[in-house]
Amino acid sequence: MREIDVTRTHDSASRAFPKEAAPMIEMRQVEKFYGPFHALKGIDFSVTKGEKIVLCGPSGSGKSTLIRCINHLEPIASGEIVVAGHRLSDSQDAVDAVRREVGMVFQQFNLFPHKTVLENCILAPMRVRKLSRAEAEETARKYLERVRIGDQAAKYPAQLSGGQQQRVAIARALCMEPKAMLFDEPTSALDPEMVKEVLDTMVSLARDGMTMICVTHEMGFARQVADRVIFMADGEIVEENAPDAFFSNPRHERSRAFLGEILAHH
Amino acid sequence: MTLDFSVVADAWKSLLFGALGTLFLAFSGMVIAMVVGVTGVVILRMQMRIPSLLVTLFVEIIRNTPFLVQIFFLFFALPLAGVRLNPTVTAILALGLNGGAYAIEIIRGGVESIPKGQTEAGLALGLHKHEVFRLIVLIPALRAIYPSLASQFILLTLTTAICTSISAYELTSVGQRIEAETFRSFEVYFTLTSIYLVISLVTMWLLAALGRWAFSYPQR
Repeated sequence: MREIDVTRTHDSASRAFPKEAAPMIEMRQVEKFYGPFHALKGIDFSVTKGEKIVLCGPSGSGKSTLIRCINHLEPIASGEIVVAGHRLSDSQDAVDAVRREVGMVFQQFNLFPHKTVLENCILAPMRVRKLSRAEAEETARKYLERVRIGDQAAKYPAQLSGGQQQRVAIARALCMEPKAMLFDEPTSALDPEMVKEVLDTMVSLARDGMTMICVTHEMGFARQVADRVIFMADGEIVEENAPDAFFSNPRHERSRAFLGEILAHH
Repeated sequence: MTLDFSVVADAWKSLLFGALGTLFLAFSGMVIAMVVGVTGVVILRMQMRIPSLLVTLFVEIIRNTPFLVQIFFLFFALPLAGVRLNPTVTAILALGLNGGAYAIEIIRGGVESIPKGQTEAGLALGLHKHEVFRLIVLIPALRAIYPSLASQFILLTLTTAICTSISAYELTSVGQRIEAETFRSFEVYFTLTSIYLVISLVTMWLLAALGRWAFSYPQR
């Protein structure tokens, strides 16, 4: 059951997108360990500009670890990661270059509690992109409007609902004008009634052409916006397919079992 | 036995200045303790072997020796190293270093209580480690441990009484002088006790107000 599907290559991506488009994110033979635990085993995949990828799989399969390697929140043991032309290494310059291009949204929102919504959004643009306060505020207001939360700019995170906080977190990441966005289970910590407002924001972001990798179990979202669904298990990419094909006709035993589990109650 | 508080009343000016001296020692000591505390935690966080070891050693020495010995040590050791400071400055230094060692432990606990996600969010936005600490972690960490820090600082305020041993200018030394001149021990120490109580309560109130001002953002 460890055999990897041979149809899962970069061909499917290059068929859908022009060959000359350089990959936005590329991982080659990435290995990652936590002590003796082999968390990522020879991960190979690439994402072209504007592509939307949904990463799913059972817990502990390495999907969060994978996207956290892309912006070096987790260092890798071996292999190669290239983001928007920047080759990632342990050097601070390489890490800086990659993080400037990639935004990240977390399961727990991780807004800074002692700063207002607006201050959350302007901190990094002023520090990292060296924008003036006026420029940073203008950008922040633009993206806060875009996630439909412009009227809450002066509030503190604790005064917002979970869904609002996650939308602010998305706006905060967008304020850095990233070329790609990583979502690490963005709706898993939300009350059910707030999932939709966050997914709607992500769908509209996808429609605007943002390159996205989302770790999520929201299969409706996957069907709606994903170009490819990647299924992971035990630190490996087991199956990679268009969403319709993945859901209607999963090729792999483990994918079938997983879909059985999560779709049982939908 | 008759009580005669008139001798104490006659010395009200000295007592007032003594109390001000105590407050001066206490607040200067707190400022230094705060600086030592934050600096110590910053050094520990750099995770470099020798500096971390030195900070740990400092904390353990201070926490496992009496303050009275520490202040005498500073008072007599500094001149040997060619540093001449007057008793009040030595006392402030001793209070600051002593309070700082405890503050390091307290603040470190606060920093460790901040969820890792806060740091990760800062790093993912492209901030560097030191910026993440200063701009993102520090304020919520201080807020988390502020009550402990404040009670440590009240303790520091009361510890100023020991500074009388190197004849720093503060309330207890003033009281001792009045006692030596008048032999009215009970009246003098009763008055000192009352004044210390007021100083403590006022300091507590000031620290609480400072906390409310500095950490005014709503808690989740």
